[in-house]
Amino acid sequence: MTDHARGRSVASTQAAVTGTGSTRAEASHGIGKCPTGIAGLDEVLRGGIPLGRTTLLVGGAGCGKTVFGMEFLAHGIRDRGENGVLVTFEERKPDLIANFAGMGLDLAAWERDGKLVVDHIQVDPSQIEVTGEYDLEGLFIRLGAAIDAVGARRVVLDTLEALFAGLRNDAIVRAELRRLFTWLVERGVTAMATAERGIAALTRHGLEEYVADCVLVLDNAVEEGASVRRLRVLKYRGSGHGANLYPFLIDDEGVSLFPITASKLEYEVSSERVSSGVPALDVLLGGGPFRGSSMLVSGTAGSGKSSLAAAYADAACRRGERVLYLAFEESPSQLVRNMRSIGIDLGRWRQQGRLEMVSTRPTSFGLEPHIAAIDRDVRRVAPDLVVVDPISSFLQAGTRRDAESMLARLVDMLRLRGCTALFTSLTPGGGVIEGTTTSVSSIMDTWLLLRDVEGNGERNRVLHVLKSRGSSHSNQVREFRLTDDGIVLLDVYVGQAGVLLGTARAVQESEDRIAQLARTAKAERRLRVRERRREALEARIAALRTEFAATENEAAIELAESERRDQAVELTDRQLRDRRDFTAGLASSRPEAPQRVTARP
Amino acid sequence: MTSQPAPRETWALRLYVAGSTPKSVRAFENLKRICEEHLAGAYRIEIVDLIEEPERAQRDQVVAIPTLVRQLPTPIRKIIGDLSETGRVLVGLDILPAPTEGR
Repeated sequence: MTDHARGRSVASTQAAVTGTGSTRAEASHGIGKCPTGIAGLDEVLRGGIPLGRTTLLVGGAGCGKTVFGMEFLAHGIRDRGENGVLVTFEERKPDLIANFAGMGLDLAAWERDGKLVVDHIQVDPSQIEVTGEYDLEGLFIRLGAAIDAVGARRVVLDTLEALFAGLRNDAIVRAELRRLFTWLVERGVTAMATAERGIAALTRHGLEEYVADCVLVLDNAVEEGASVRRLRVLKYRGSGHGANLYPFLIDDEGVSLFPITASKLEYEVSSERVSSGVPALDVLLGGGPFRGSSMLVSGTAGSGKSSLAAAYADAACRRGERVLYLAFEESPSQLVRNMRSIGIDLGRWRQQGRLEMVSTRPTSFGLEPHIAAIDRDVRRVAPDLVVVDPISSFLQAGTRRDAESMLARLVDMLRLRGCTALFTSLTPGGGVIEGTTTSVSSIMDTWLLLRDVEGNGERNRVLHVLKSRGSSHSNQVREFRLTDDGIVLLDVYVGQAGVLLGTARAVQESEDRIAQLARTAKAERRLRVRERRREALEARIAALRTEFAATENEAAIELAESERRDQAVELTDRQLRDRRDFTAGLASSRPEAPQRVTARP
Repeated sequence: MTSQPAPRETWALRLYVAGSTPKSVRAFENLKRICEEHLAGAYRIEIVDLIEEPERAQRDQVVAIPTLVRQLPTPIRKIIGDLSETGRVLVGLDILPAPTEGR
């Protein structure tokens, strides 16, 4: 727990360091950055909006300009000790306070504490008659007084264009606004000014001509029946910035922007293995999936994808990790109930706060806001494991190309955060893997395929490991079973008829048992025969041995007799020789003598 | 002039300026002239210098300088600018009716 928590903080520090690095590099060229604190935006802007300058935020009605501005102020007050001024030309102060209370921002309290000034400037054309020359010194004085009152570092002007409508002298207002932007720079505050989107020009009154440093454009398009909010950085003088259209989301937690960040593939990788919750699967994967890796589980309906995902989530919770489970086709309570039937109790992890389940249908959002919503959930929960079940739901929410690029971003985003991830994907029946799954699989580290195999009047589940980066993994198919005690993987039978599963497997198992019994009996019989033959042989050996002993005895007797005979013969010889020697006058008692004598003839 | 009966209504006028800029001075001179011509003895002019009282800019909803506010008679009316177009000032203050109604 401590170890992986540390790992995560290292990863985030790394990201922070990279961010600071670019800021510093650009600061040396004269541009400082002021973080907006809006999730994702600072990454797109490489650190924030230009410090001490005014940034123009352009967008039509309902694009979220005011929310962007308020988040910018709130971040300053809450996180950086930088007080702010909000000048609103359109919304009344009580309305603003009520609206932002819904986002958890207490503007009234900040005003009481001297951290914020909200000034509603009402310019009602019906009350105002214009006669002759004027200037907007009153606005400058009000703004100056507000800035001084709280020592503000951040200012939001929302929406300056109300002045054009109210004062009806474009030439004067234009000149005064130009003066205002210069004055704000002199005051050293970082400002955000909002402007209405124009038809002919970018803004209705050409404000972009005066605000030369940074222009952000918001739009709100309807694509395929779903509303999509997007941000684009039109201009950022002296700084690099992301060039894409970034989808963003506004909800009761504020603005979340979804940047494409990990396109450079620079992220820390872990060589630590975690358990997938199915021990046999860990073995197949060479020890389990790597921490921070992404896994795709594709399969037909009912092949056990969610069950595998639940096992993965359960294993992570057991390790004390935090899990974000995004269930797009089942409600959390449904999922908890269903998983209980295979012995996985997700309910207790929810109660303990380790498991966060979010259940929405992507089609109700539109694709990009949907990803942005996921991004926001990930930021909020800071999970170790994210389960997206299933990604197929994205396809219903957008075009295929969009869906693929969004998923690639999502995978990269999770990887960048060091989150282990599991995605399930529904493939149509018949074992055909459709194109999206294939293209998405290329960015995944591990790809498991769950398949129903039909035969013998039944359907059985098998699991293949199609790919697993950085691991030696089994090329073998496993039978995948959902039991009351969870998921079990079994070695499949590979016989002459092919892979055997289910009943066929049971039949084969019983046949094997019978054959085994027969083989055992046969072996025992052979053993007994051999034993008998051995006994017979031993008996014969014993008989032979006895026979041999008798023969040996006889031989010894014969030998003794022959020796005695030899002695007798020798005695006779000696007597004869003695007699001959006596005749020759020689006497010898030496044993050699008779030999010499015998040699002589 | 003093023999004329005083108008029943009293005109309370407030002029917001920011220091003694040429526009402010011009606005005050124009206002004084118009009042003397049309509201002699029945008006009161208060000058608010926002440089001295900046907090009043917020309280009184002033953006443009100079701004003339008719406090009385009600309803409140606002006229911005140096008041150089006398005709429009008279209409704006409701001293004269607008030349064409509903303009």
